[in-house]
Amino acid sequence: MKERIKKVFKSSLGQLAIPLIAIALLIIFNLIRDPGFFVIGLTQNNDGNLVLQGNLISIINGASELAVLAMGMTLVTAACGGQDISVGAAAAIAGSVLVKVLKSGSGITGGRVLAAFLMACLVAMIFGSFNGTLVAIFKIQPMIATLILYTCGRSIAYWINGGATPTVSSPVITAIGSFIPGIPVPTPVLIVIAMTILFKLLFRFTSLELFTQSVGINGSAARLNGINTTFIKLLSFIILGVCVAVAGSIGVSRLGLINHETLLLDIEMDAILAVAIGGNSLGGGRFKLSGSIIGAYVIQMLTITLYAMKVSSTDVKAYKAIVIVILVVIGSPVFKEKFGKTVNRIRNNRNGLMEKGAEKA
Amino acid sequence: MKKLPKFLGVVMSAVLVLSVCACGGSGSAASSGGDSSAAKSDGPIKVGVVNNPPSESGYREANVKDMESVFSSANGYELKTAYSLKNDEQLQAAQGFITEGVDYLLISAAETTGWDEVLKKAKEAGIKVYLFDRMIDVDESLYEAAVVSDMAKEGETAVKWLLDQNLPEYNVIHIQGAMGSDAQIGRTGALDEQFASGKMNKVVQQTATWDEAEAKKIVESVINSGDSFNVIYAENDGMAKGAVAALDEAGITHGVDGDVVVMGFDCNKWALRELLAGKWNYDGQCSPFQAKIISDLIKSGSAPSSKKIINEEKGFDAKALTQADIDTYGLGE
Amino acid sequence: MEENCLLELRGIDKMFPGVMALNNVDFTLRKGEIHALMGENGAGKSTLIKILTGVYSMDAGTILVEGKNVHIGSPQDAQNNGISTVYQETTLCPNLTVAENMFIGREKSLLVKQKAYEKRAEEILESLQIPARARQQLGNCSLAVQQMVAIARAVDMQCKVLILDEPTSSLDDKEVNMLFKLMRDLKSRGVGIIFVTHFLEQVYEVSDRITVLRNGELVGEFLTEELPQVQLVAKMIGKELDELNNLSDTEERSAASGEVFYQAEGLSSSETLPFDFSIRKGEVNGFTGLLGSGRSESVRAIFGADKVGGGTVKIKGKNVKITKPVDAMKHGIGYLAEDRKRDGIIADLSVRENIIIAMQVMNGFFKPISRSESEAFADEYIKALNIKTASRETPVGALSGGNQQKVILARWLLTHPDYLILDEPTRGIDVGTKLEIQKLVLKLAEEDVSVTFISSEIEEMLRTCSRLIVMRDRHIVGELKGSDLNQAQVMKTIAGGES
Repeated sequence: MKERIKKVFKSSLGQLAIPLIAIALLIIFNLIRDPGFFVIGLTQNNDGNLVLQGNLISIINGASELAVLAMGMTLVTAACGGQDISVGAAAAIAGSVLVKVLKSGSGITGGRVLAAFLMACLVAMIFGSFNGTLVAIFKIQPMIATLILYTCGRSIAYWINGGATPTVSSPVITAIGSFIPGIPVPTPVLIVIAMTILFKLLFRFTSLELFTQSVGINGSAARLNGINTTFIKLLSFIILGVCVAVAGSIGVSRLGLINHETLLLDIEMDAILAVAIGGNSLGGGRFKLSGSIIGAYVIQMLTITLYAMKVSSTDVKAYKAIVIVILVVIGSPVFKEKFGKTVNRIRNNRNGLMEKGAEKA
Repeated sequence: MKKLPKFLGVVMSAVLVLSVCACGGSGSAASSGGDSSAAKSDGPIKVGVVNNPPSESGYREANVKDMESVFSSANGYELKTAYSLKNDEQLQAAQGFITEGVDYLLISAAETTGWDEVLKKAKEAGIKVYLFDRMIDVDESLYEAAVVSDMAKEGETAVKWLLDQNLPEYNVIHIQGAMGSDAQIGRTGALDEQFASGKMNKVVQQTATWDEAEAKKIVESVINSGDSFNVIYAENDGMAKGAVAALDEAGITHGVDGDVVVMGFDCNKWALRELLAGKWNYDGQCSPFQAKIISDLIKSGSAPSSKKIINEEKGFDAKALTQADIDTYGLGE
Repeated sequence: MEENCLLELRGIDKMFPGVMALNNVDFTLRKGEIHALMGENGAGKSTLIKILTGVYSMDAGTILVEGKNVHIGSPQDAQNNGISTVYQETTLCPNLTVAENMFIGREKSLLVKQKAYEKRAEEILESLQIPARARQQLGNCSLAVQQMVAIARAVDMQCKVLILDEPTSSLDDKEVNMLFKLMRDLKSRGVGIIFVTHFLEQVYEVSDRITVLRNGELVGEFLTEELPQVQLVAKMIGKELDELNNLSDTEERSAASGEVFYQAEGLSSSETLPFDFSIRKGEVNGFTGLLGSGRSESVRAIFGADKVGGGTVKIKGKNVKITKPVDAMKHGIGYLAEDRKRDGIIADLSVRENIIIAMQVMNGFFKPISRSESEAFADEYIKALNIKTASRETPVGALSGGNQQKVILARWLLTHPDYLILDEPTRGIDVGTKLEIQKLVLKLAEEDVSVTFISSEIEEMLRTCSRLIVMRDRHIVGELKGSDLNQAQVMKTIAGGES
C-alpha cells in the first residue's frame, strides 16, 4: 500500500498532489464544520425542470468560467513563460459582442445565438492575436503586453453597446447559462467538460502539447529543431482567445445581462492562481492541463466554503490569499526540497533507533 | 533623430500657447459686457455644464441625456459641455467656460475640494453657478443652488415601502454594492437601522461590489445552507437580477405573487419591465433628472428658499407601475 | 598520515534515488599540488565536488581539513574552511568592474571603500600577473581573464583548496597556457588545486597526481609521471583500448567519390562571410580552426540557423532555398548544435520526447506520433546508442552529458538524415562515449550518409574526416585531404603558415 501511494506521488500525478490534497482538506474541513454542506438535492426550478442543487453543484457550476480560462492560461503560460492579465477585460469585450449580435435583430433563435458566439470567438481571437503578436514577434513580456488590453478592454466593451447594460432574455440563453430542459446538470459544467474534451482532442491529434512545452522549456533548441516558435506562442494566445469567448459567453448567459464593468472582474488573477495551484510552473515549460482545472475548482470551493461560513465577502479575498499563499509555498521547489530532507532525517533517526533497539535485544 | 524630442517640445508649447490665446480671445469679448446682469434677454442663454462622462454609469448616461434634452436650443439655450472623471480637468473646463463667458455654470464635481478659486472667479465674472448631483465644499454664497440627491433618503424610502408591506416577518438577504461608495452607504443605512432595532432579521449581509454573478453566488450559498428568507434587498438592479437567477434555479418563487420579495435600485428600463411583469416588487431610484429643476430656476429668475434642493427620489411598486412610468423614468433602453 | 596533507576525504558515500553515486571514496590533496580528478561522465566527479563545496550533503564518510574533522553543510561552510571553486561558466557579474567582482559579497560594512578595494585588487592582479586592470569592466575581459579573476578572488579569500571544474573547455591554447601559469604560481604558494578536465593532454601538462573514479568508486591515485596516457584512459573506461588504437591507426581514408549531395556557393548568414562548400554522399568532412574562427557559424548557415544572407544552395543538383531550420530538415539535413544545453536538449522533456521531436516536426503539426510508436522509437535508440537512463520517461536534464548528447544524436538519426552536421558532439563527454560517437560517424558514412564533423580535438577529426576545411578569422584558409591530413599540417594551416 505504501509503495503504491509512493508510486502515485512519484509518477505524473505528483504534480497534482498539491491541488488534490487541497481539495481533500477542504472536504474534510467542511465535513467537520457541517456535513450538510455536501447535500445534493433535486428540485424543480422556476422553468419547471428537475435540476440538481447544493453547494457542490454551486462549486462546479460557479468555477466554469474560471476552469475554461485556466485551460487557455495554462497554454499561454507554458509557451510564453508569462501570463495574460487581460482575460477578464477581453471576456467583457467578447460578451459585449455576443449581446450586440443577439440584439441586432428581433427574436433570438438558436442560429442567431450560434452566429453571436462565433462572432464573439472571432473578436476574442483577434484580440488574442494582438496580445500574441506583441509577445511572440515583438518579444514583450506577456504581462506588460497584455497590460494594454487589461487597461482599455473594458472601455472597448463599453463602446460596443454604447455604455448601457443591455439585457437579453431567451430560452436559448437560459439553456446555455443555466439548465437545458431535461438535463439536471448545469449547462456551464457541460461546457467545461466539452472544452476539456476539445483540448484533449487537440493534444491527441496535433503536436500542440509537445511543441508548446518545447518552446517554453528551451526556445532556442525548439527553433533549431524546426519548430516555429513564433507561431506556437501566437497560437497559444489565439486558443486562449477562444477560451475567453467561451467564458464571456457563459458569464453573459448566466444572467442574460452584460455589465462591461463587472463581467468576470478580477478573474485573470484567479486564472493565473489556478495554473499555479495546479503545479504548473509560471515560468513556462512542462504543464498539466488537469492541474489547472483542479486548481480552478480549489479556488471556487474555497470561495463557496467561505460564503457558507458567512464570511463577509470583503474578507473572503483576504482568507483566499492566505490559503493560496500556503498552497503556492507548499508547491514551491524550495519547500519540497526542505520537506524531503526533513522526512529523510526523521526516517534515518527512526532506523537508527530501531537498530539500537535491535542491538540491545 | 536626436532633434525630434526638442522639435516635439516646440510644437507642444506652440499648441499650448495657441489654445490659451484662443480662450483668452473669445473670453475678453464676453467678459467686457459681463457684470451682475450677465443674462441677456436676447439670444440663447449660454449654459456650461461640467459633468462626469456618460460612460461612468447608467445613472450618468441618463443624467447627461437629461441635461442635453432640457438645455436644448429649442428651449432657448446654448449648451456647452465638458466631461471628465478628473477634478483638475473639470476645473480647467470650468475655467474655460468662465473665460468663454457663459451665463450659467452647472457643475457635478468629481471631487468635493479645490473649487474655491474657480467659483470666486465665476462670481466676479457674474456667472451664476448651480451644483447638481454632487455637493462641493465651498461657501454657500458662491453658488445659487445645489440640486442633489439624498442617498440616505433613497434607502429610507425603500425601507419604508418594505415596512408598509406588513410581512409577518422580515428575513432579509442584503446584497451591498462596492463598500464605501455613496450609493452603498445611502442604501444600506436605513436597512441597518431595522436590523439593529430587531424589526428585520438579517439572514446575510454581503457585498457583491455591484457584480451580478457575485450576487447570484451569495444567494445560492444561502439557499444551499437551508436558511429561510423572504426578502432580497439588492443595492442595484444588476445584483437583483443575479439574485433572482439563483432563485429561479432553485425553484423559489418571487415577485408580486411569490414567496420572496425582490427589491432593486437604479430603475433601469429592463428592471422596471421585470416589475411590470410582477417578477420583482420594488425598484428605487436615485433620480438623475435635475435639469428641469435648474431650468425652472433659471427661467423664473428667483432665488430658491433654500440653497440645497433635495431632488425627489422615486420608488416604484410593481403593483402601481405603468408603462408610462417606464418610458419616463427608466434608464437605458 | 602524511605531513603536508591539506584535505582528506575518507569513505564518502552518496546515494541518489536508485543510484549509488559515490561508494566509499577516498581522496587526498596535499599542499602545493595540482591534482587531476578524472573519470567518465557519471563516474562521480561532480558529486564529489558538490559534496566538497557543500551543495550536496554526504550520506557517510569524513572530511578532514589539515587534519581537523570538519562539517561542510553549505557553500558558506566550504568557504570558511578555505575551499573555493571556480566553475566552467564563471559566476561573476560581467557588468561590474574587476575589483567589484573580487570583493562583492565580502564587504564587512555597508560603506564600500572603493578606493581601497581597487588598490588591493590591483596588487593581487599584479602579483598573480593577471592581465586585467581593477577598474576594467569584467565583461570586456576575455573568458580566460574572467576565469583568472574568479581564481584571484578565491585566492584573496585565503583559500587553501582551489577546485577548478573544467576551466579550460572554452579557452584557446594561449589562454590555457596563461591559466596554467597561474596554476603553477598558486601551487608554489602552497595552494592545493583540484583540476577537473576532459583534456588528457592538459592533465599531463600540469598535474602532479591523478585520482581516477569509475562508476562512483575509487580506481586509484597515481603519480602523473608514472601513468601513461593509454593506461589512464583504460582505467577511466575500465577496459583496454584496443578499439581506440584501431581507430587511431590513420589508415588513409579515401575521399568519397559519390555524387555531390550538398553544394553551396557564396553562402552567407548574419554571422558569416560568403563561402563555398560542398559535400558528397558518404563523405565525412570537417571544419577546423580556433574558437571564433567561424567554423560553427558556417555550419549554422548551412542549416539555416541564423538569418540567411545570400548565395545559392543545391541539393542533389537542384536549387533549393534554406532560410530556416525546418527547410534544411525537409531536405534531409540534421544538425547537432555546439552548445548542448542552450541549443540541444529540452531539459524538462523526457528522453522519449527529446528523441522524437525532430521527427515530429518533420511529420507536421497535425500528424502527431502516437504514444506507442514514440515509445518504440525511444526504446530502439536507447538500446542502439546504449543510452544510460533510468527510463524513457526520465527528464533528459537528469542524464549525464554524454548521454544527453546521445539522445540528441538519436533525435537526428531517427529522421534518417542524408546529411548530418555534428558541431562538437564530443565536447564535455567521457572518453568512452567520444569513441562511440566517432565510430557511429564512420558507420553512417558507410551507409552513404554525408557527415560534417567539428571538434576542438584535432586527432578526433583526423581519425574521422577525409577532408578538412580550415578557417581563420571567418575565412576559409585551406582545405586539407589525403596525405596533408596530419596534425602538423593542420596546425600550420590554422596558425597561418603557407601550406
